[in-house]
Parts: sequence; structure tokens; C-alpha cells
Amino acid sequence: MKMKKNFNGFDFLQNNLVPLMFIIICVICYPLSGFSPSYLLNEIVTRMGRNIFLILSLLIPIMAGMGLNFGMTLGAMAGQIALIFVTDWQIWGIPGVVLAMLLSIPLSALLGLMCGKLMNMAKGREMILGYMVNYFVTGLYQLVVLFLMGSIIPIIHASVRLPRGFGIRTTVNLSNMRQCLDNQWAILYKGVKIPILTFVIIGLLCLFIIWFRRTKLGQDMRAVGQDMDVARAAGINVDRTRIISIIISTVLAGFGQIIYLQNIGNFPTCTAHSQIGMFCIAALLVGGASVEKASIGNVFLGVILFHTMFIVAPKAGGAITGNAMIGEYFRVFVSYGVITLALIMYEIKKRRARSQGGQLLAQAQKEGGVQA
Amino acid sequence: MRGIKKDFFGNQVLTDINFTLGAGQVLGLCGENGAGKSTLMKILFGMDVIRETGGYSGDIFINGEKAAFNTPFDALAAGIGMVHQEFSLIPGFTATENILLNREPQKKNVISEVFGERLNTLDYKEMDRRAAAAIEKMGVEIDAKMVISSMPVGHKQFTEIARELSKDQLKLLILDEPTAVLTEKEAEALLDSIRGMAARGISVIFITHRLHEILAVCDQVVVMRDGHVVRDVPAGQTSVDDITRWMVGRDVQTSAAPTEAKEENASANVVMSIKHLWVDMPGETVRDVSLDVREGEILGIGGLAGQGKLGIPNGVMGLYEAGGTVEFDGREIPLNSPRKCLDASLAFVSEDRREVGLLLDESLEWNVAFPAMQIQNKFLKNLLGGLVKWRDEKAIHKVTQKYVDQLQIKCTSTAQKAKELSGGNQQKICLAKAFALEPKFLFVSEPTRGIDVGAKALVLNALRQFNRESGVTVVMISSELEELRQTCDRIAIISGGRVAGIRPATDSSEEFGALMVSQVI
Repeated sequence: MKMKKNFNGFDFLQNNLVPLMFIIICVICYPLSGFSPSYLLNEIVTRMGRNIFLILSLLIPIMAGMGLNFGMTLGAMAGQIALIFVTDWQIWGIPGVVLAMLLSIPLSALLGLMCGKLMNMAKGREMILGYMVNYFVTGLYQLVVLFLMGSIIPIIHASVRLPRGFGIRTTVNLSNMRQCLDNQWAILYKGVKIPILTFVIIGLLCLFIIWFRRTKLGQDMRAVGQDMDVARAAGINVDRTRIISIIISTVLAGFGQIIYLQNIGNFPTCTAHSQIGMFCIAALLVGGASVEKASIGNVFLGVILFHTMFIVAPKAGGAITGNAMIGEYFRVFVSYGVITLALIMYEIKKRRARSQGGQLLAQAQKEGGVQA
Repeated sequence: MRGIKKDFFGNQVLTDINFTLGAGQVLGLCGENGAGKSTLMKILFGMDVIRETGGYSGDIFINGEKAAFNTPFDALAAGIGMVHQEFSLIPGFTATENILLNREPQKKNVISEVFGERLNTLDYKEMDRRAAAAIEKMGVEIDAKMVISSMPVGHKQFTEIARELSKDQLKLLILDEPTAVLTEKEAEALLDSIRGMAARGISVIFITHRLHEILAVCDQVVVMRDGHVVRDVPAGQTSVDDITRWMVGRDVQTSAAPTEAKEENASANVVMSIKHLWVDMPGETVRDVSLDVREGEILGIGGLAGQGKLGIPNGVMGLYEAGGTVEFDGREIPLNSPRKCLDASLAFVSEDRREVGLLLDESLEWNVAFPAMQIQNKFLKNLLGGLVKWRDEKAIHKVTQKYVDQLQIKCTSTAQKAKELSGGNQQKICLAKAFALEPKFLFVSEPTRGIDVGAKALVLNALRQFNRESGVTVVMISSELEELRQTCDRIAIISGGRVAGIRPATDSSEEFGALMVSQVI
């Protein structure tokens, strides 16, 4: 009995290693950073509003067994292109954001379709494929943004276009729509600004995801995610279901990127999307998700822990080493580290589950033997 | 339903098969591995393989109407359900979700009106109701809320049957070896439920190797051999012996016939001496085994399942944690290190041929030659003074061909992949692999598990031949006492993780039976 208890403790530790590690880091760093609770809370709430939508877009492909969707960056690019157009047409505020979202849909859906088709050709290697497709599409994106826009695609406004006549300036200024969603109905409570509208949108998306799980399509995705062959034998169109899951994810990522950028207020034209996928995935994993299982709870916990660390670590690092750069260094290092760890843990867990199945069977046999 | 009639003509694998099955009847289909049972069922079920390989000729009549199925879905629509040997269940779903997979009752909502039916929400109450109805129809209790991955094997099988039963149009259910994975109790429950289904007017085609089950439950028995129906008789007029004879087309001696057992030679050298061996193998714990194996003999190890007979070879070969001392050829063999055992010219044919025994995705040549290559540097050419080692494809091919001929392995060529062979032939490949090592000492664990009568005789003969001609000491572990008595010189019976006794194979079955239960825990 005692052994069993130990085993469970070990189990818990292994299942929640990443979140526990982050909680420890945050607890150690917070006093060293010297931030006031209200400042910290304000920062976290801001970043939650900024990021959660993007991270939620990762959930549906995980449900469909396609792992962490590194291809979400495609959606982010579509969102950026939509924002460039809206900026060029000088449509500001919430109408601008809504229009950008609408514009991003066809583009995201198209990119998602392409990504989904490619992933169907490389079943079982969706993650590395998504990661590589990223780089490939980034090239296309830069071609469009730097050469085609202004020359073939009409871009009129001088604040967006490069002086040479074509191409987009290195930074797109969104100051006229900066935080327009966040400021709508915002509540200031003890120095913490709560962006109600953004949170309402996030809440709606959460409801959508919960509802979606209960639909036929959601059920099919879960079936496909767990065993493609069985799902196919039952008459589910596996390839189509997988493509739909990627399209939904890409479109949501496009919305997410628009929400993210309206909060920041400007974006570097060529590189704004480049780290998004990785940071979102890292945050989700920090929340305790794995390659095959992720919940809305993981998203919220992940965002809180991940960003708390980012806020307190540079200051704490600065306090210890006298160099604030340590924080930025930490950020990249930790993100890659977490993703690597999560991928390894996934494999280890799979192997352990297999051997555990054997042990359970043996146990049952033993007990049966005793009775006989 | 007036009756189902199927005729196939002019297929190489299946020749001129005719039989009819009435509504509510149970048909037992038996035959050796490779007799064409599966092919026949695949045709009936409209599997893609058949169409891809050129279709079939002949006609199938269902309810007097000619039917031609292009896909399994056509067959399903016509009321034919099939439970395959491998489970096709979603591991993370509950029994209910699996039973109604892709046939979930749905509710419409605003969004689905706009975007199409796939966004209908599931009607969970209705799902529970239908699943419960299907389980009740089957007559076996399973927990509809339980997740498949935490179910015992038998319940998974029942879930699949319930899935077929939940289809309203079901008229004919095909069960492909459903009892192979069940315990005796579960198998009994399954047979009961088959009787229940038949009473409700559902026809059943029941494929199994366990012949007494056929006699217990079927109305009609069809025996196939080499693509022909050799017998089609009412079950009441036949017996296990008859069916066996028809299946193999020759008399198989099922009774013990310990021919030409070597003379008891107590003075022969002890080649392996096992002292106080314990092995921590789940389900097959060995507690304290001391055993001497003499040079050149075939020693059988028998006993009931779970008493530890399988643990002995697995422990000695280092696959499970073990303790005690094992001496081979006068030298002690370190336990828990498979490599050392193999270096000492021991070889092991595992009972788990799919997981441990074979490289399923590789060719037969590779499978046969791989261990010899790894361990003994056989089949390798040295280039550049041994810096680079090159596979000797010719030698590999030659040795594989030799064993394919010797063991009568049915394959298209030696380059065929191991996973494409039938169970019996895979087992033969495992033996060939061990033979290619040319060991001094061979452990063979359950060599005939899951293979049919004819292949059994071949495998056992090959073992004897290998032993007599090459003078290799063989230790054979098997659950089937008769098999041991046919093959071995001496038989050790393991009971409760200990040796209950060692007797010459010529002793009577009753004596061995008494030993088997002597120390059961």
C-alpha cells in the first residue's frame, strides 16, 4: 500500500512537473523583483487579454490529434495583412478591428486549408511540418508585403507605404486603434485595469470551444484524434475533419493576432508573427497541457504563470546579476526548453502507459490466480 | 428473411464456394490458417482489399436479392455487421461513445442550420438509451460509462459486438475469432449471447479455432480447406475429431504419441543447471526453480497458465528481473543481460512473436539474419580490413530460402514483409531466426500458440529435426501437454512457481495432470 502511495506522488509530480517548476520560479523571483502586487496584477491582466485568444486557437487541433499547431503563425500573418489594409484605408477604432477580422477570414481559411492538406500528407509529423511551413509562408508573406503591396496591390496612404513607392514601412502604426477593444467598458479597480470587452470576447470563445466539443464535428475530431483508422472504419471522413480543425485554428489565430496587436499599438511588418507560435505553445505547455491533451484551464494557468515569470524574471535577474538583459535571454531559453521538455515527457508518458498496462494485467492475473 | 446464399466461382484462393444460411441460424466456419476463411468474409463484407485486387466472381444473395458490396458501408447498410480480430475502438471514449461511433443521435441548433449538419450537438440522453438497449440485446453486462482503455480485454470485445447490435438493420453478424482473447468464463458468456442473438432472428457466422465452441453453439458447420468447402453439415451430426480431420485433410493424432523418445540416459552431461531461480515476470512469477537440462535432449516445461513456466526462459534470457544461479556448459551465466546469454550461444524463441520476436516491417531475410548478424557477425563481409562491414545479401538470401523450404513457410518471396504473413508462418520465421543463430541451446516458448493444427505438426517436427540432427539441446515451454508429450524426451511440470516433478514423456497424462495442480497458489 505504501509503495502505491509513493507511486502516485511520483505520478503527480511527473504529470505536473512543468507548472510546478514555474510556480517555484515565480515564487522565488517575485520578492527579488520588488514589484508591487497591483503593478504585477495589472501587467498580468493586460497580458491575459492580449494573449489568451491566440492560445485558445491551439486547442482544437490538439483535440483532433494533430499536436501543437505550429502552423497557427499562418493565421497571424493573415491577421497582419488584414491590419495593413485597414490601416491603409484609415478605418480606425472598433470598426477597424472588426473589419480586419472579417478580412482575415478568407486569407486564414485559405492558408489553413493548405496547411491542413500538407499535414494530411505527413500524418504523425504534423508539428515539425507546421513549423517548417511557417518559414516557407513567412517568405511568401514578405514577398507580398515588401514587393507586391503598393506595386500590384494598391496601397495608397503614405504613412504605410515606403517612400520608394512600393512595400510597407518597417513598422505599421496602429496608434488610432490602440487598445480600442481593451478600453471599451474597461474598469479600473485598485490600479488594475480590467479590459471587460476583451474578456467578454475570450469568454465567448471559451463557450464556443466547450459547445464545439459537444457537436458531431467535435466528437468526430476527438475520435480522429485518438485513432484515425478506427474513425475511418466507422465512416468518418478523417482527412476532411483534420483539415477543418486546422482551418478553425488558423482563423482563430488570425483573430487572436489582431487582438494582440491592437493592444500593443504597432507592429514590425516583417517579424511580428515570427515568435508568436512558439510563445503561445510554450505558455500552453507551462499551463500543464501536453501534445495530446489540453484544456481551457491549461490556457489560463499557462498565461498567468508564463507571463508572471516574464515580468518578474528580468527584474529579479537584474537584481542578482546587475544585468537586465538576463530577462530577455531567459525568455527565449525557457520557451524552447519548455517545448523540448514537453515533447520528451509526452514520449516518456506514452511508453510508461504501455508498461503500466502490462503491470495492471499482471496484477489482475495474479489476483485471479490467488482466487483459483 | 428467406435465407442468404453466396456463391463464388473461379477465384484462385476460393474455389466454388456455396453455402446457405437461414435467418436466426448460427453457422460455424472453420479451417486451417490460410484456408480462405478471412478472404471469404472480406468478400462478404465488401472490403477494399478485394476490389483493389481485382474483385471476385460469383454472386451473393441476401433475402433472395443479388447483392454486390463495393465498400464495407454498403455491407453495413445491407445489414451485415462484422467484429474483427483486432479491436476497432477509440481508446479514450466510453463504451457508449464507441457503440454509437459516427452514428450519434443529434439535435439541431441555430448554428447547424447555417453551417451544416456536422455542427449539430449530440443528444447524450438518447445515446445512453440506445447504448443500453444494445448492451441489453447482447445479454452481457458491461459498464456503458467506462472508458475503453481501462476495460479488460473481454469487455472490449463485448463493446464491439454491442456496436454491431445497436444497428437496427443488422441481420447477419460475422464474428472473426471472438473468443481468442477471452477467458473461459467470458467465452461462455459470449456463446450465450450468440444463442440469444440467434433467437432474435439475427444470423451469425462464427469463425473460431476452438472447435468445441462451434459444436456448442452452431446449427451448421462449414469446414474449409485450401479454398474449398470440404464439408457443410449440421452441427449435431459431427464431432471435434471429424472437423479436425476435415480441416487438415489427414488424420492428426491428437492423442499422445511419444514416438522414438530417446532412451533415458541419466549419464548424459548436464548442459544447463538452474539453481534456485526466481523471476519477477508479471503474471508468471517463478519462485524457486532448480532444474538440470541434459545435453542433446528436448526438455518440455509444462504447467497451467500463470504458474511460472513462461517465466523460466524469460528470466534466464534476461528479459525480466531474475535471481539465482544458472550454469551453462560449466560456466555461470550472468542474469539480467540478454546479450551475455546470446553470446553464450543460447537462443530464445519468445511466446510474444509480434512484440519481441519479429521486425514486422522488415523482410523475411532481415528477420532471419538480423540476430545472427548482430550477435555473431555472420553474413557480414569485411571491407578495408574490417573497418567497414558490409551485409552479405547473397548469403542472407540463401539461408532464408533454406529455412523457407525446410519449414514450408508460405510466402511470395523471401523479400516479403514479416507482417504480411499469417500467424503460423510468422511463428515459423521466429524459429528460422533462432536456427540461423546455430545455437547450442534453444528455448522455445509456446511455439504453437495461435496457429492451426497442420502448422503445429510442422513446427514441432522442425524442432525435433533440429534437435536430432544438430544435437542442439531444446527446452520447449507449452501449455499443451499433449504437444509436449509428442515432442519431448522429459517433461518438467511447473506449479506455483516451483518444479512439481520431472517425468519421462511416456508417462500417462493423468500423472502430469496431477502434478500440474499439486502446488497451485
